[in-house]
Amino acid sequence: MKLKLRIWRQAGPNATGKLVDYDIDGVSEDMSFLEMLDLLNENLTNVNEEPVAFDHDCREGICGMCGVVVNGIAHGGSSTTVCQLHMRSFADGATIEIEPWQAGAFPVLKDLAVDRSAFDRIIQAGGFISSNTGSAPDAHAMPAPKREADVAFDNATCIGCGACVAACPNSSAMLFTAAKITHLAMLPQGQPERYSRVKSMVAAHDEEGFGNCTNIGECAAVCPKGIPLESIAQLNRDLIKSMFTKDGK
Amino acid sequence: MRSTVVKKVIMAVTGLIMIAFLLMHMYGNLKMFAGEEAFDHYAHWLKGDILYPIVPQGWFIWIFRTGLLAALVLHIWSAASLSMRTLAVRGPGYDKFKPQAQTYSARTMRWGGILVGLFIVFHLLQFTVKVLRTGFDANAGPYEMFVLSFSTWWVFAFYAVLMVLICMHVRHGFWSAFQTLGLNSSAKSQRWLNLLGIGVGVVLYVGFMLPPVAVLIGWVN
Repeated sequence: MKLKLRIWRQAGPNATGKLVDYDIDGVSEDMSFLEMLDLLNENLTNVNEEPVAFDHDCREGICGMCGVVVNGIAHGGSSTTVCQLHMRSFADGATIEIEPWQAGAFPVLKDLAVDRSAFDRIIQAGGFISSNTGSAPDAHAMPAPKREADVAFDNATCIGCGACVAACPNSSAMLFTAAKITHLAMLPQGQPERYSRVKSMVAAHDEEGFGNCTNIGECAAVCPKGIPLESIAQLNRDLIKSMFTKDGK
Repeated sequence: MRSTVVKKVIMAVTGLIMIAFLLMHMYGNLKMFAGEEAFDHYAHWLKGDILYPIVPQGWFIWIFRTGLLAALVLHIWSAASLSMRTLAVRGPGYDKFKPQAQTYSARTMRWGGILVGLFIVFHLLQFTVKVLRTGFDANAGPYEMFVLSFSTWWVFAFYAVLMVLICMHVRHGFWSAFQTLGLNSSAKSQRWLNLLGIGVGVVLYVGFMLPPVAVLIGWVN
């Protein structure tokens, strides 16, 4: 396959970036999107040009490290992350535009790589859960109802890739924060700190400079793990409850 | 607590109050079909005997207007302060962006809201303060005012378009309010509240536009 690429190039966090055109030949349909970028980088290195920086790690859709906006869609419309997008999804000769995640709270480090440490700080603001240490407890020592356990599991699948923020016209990280909140709020282990957790995580979300949610739904549409908008409602519900409830009551 | 979610809750609650008002207002307008006397009597009653003798005659309407104005001001304040914050922190915008889920009404909440706000000012100047008189004189009764205004084609066209904007704002707002209040927390409630939001939007549009249509085609005069 022969392709035309338009890629965002930015030398560093404070440099001005621009879209640069590249032609690439010899792309196999079976390559993943990231392998196509690897090929481009080999070509660039051969002609002594700076390779395109992009984030990646496991390349099997479970680590949350990769992510770019491909032709205007976060993760390029793959059902998982961009590493699981394959070149057979594109027509021969197509033009592909690749941009980094955009959000005030996700500054570009270089080219397509952005700084997502704001997510780590939101998680840190969530603090700890009270749990006994020592040997592992019996599997059914702490019963969790089936529905709640399923919802908790669905939300726990969030890999923190940041596609929700990238797709959100408000650059809001509500879906990410909501997944973390809902995950723990559904389980018995998450109850002791449930209401202080939601307060501090939402406060950290706002402080990091993410926008506020207007319930548009772009986030859930691109989420590689299918975290639903319902989780945001759960976050809102817990936050409202936290005004009237203290932990432990 | 200074969380953005608290401002959203204020926006949601005041929005729902105003939707309730719109439904009541729409119901009142449908009294058109009961004839001039019934309509004028209803309009007169609104400004007169309600809650009398708990409050003196004519006080209710001012209590009601104060409450509604407070809801409107809080709604605009929370929307403006949240929007300004978001517009300042969001990304610069992609060269290419393909929406995957957003509806037209969700996307136009901010601009739509501003237009609806301007419309409310116009509407009050037209029918409450009566300084922008569209074909009626200062002494016209409510029914007369209604009929004379909506027999003019451009007044009708203006309202027909603006009501689309309002109903779209209400459609997303209704759904969004319940999301903010934490009531959409299952797939089933998401679906039902979405349908209900569309329902409220359609009912408001049809209910508000029926009397003007009847006036325009001469059923009611």
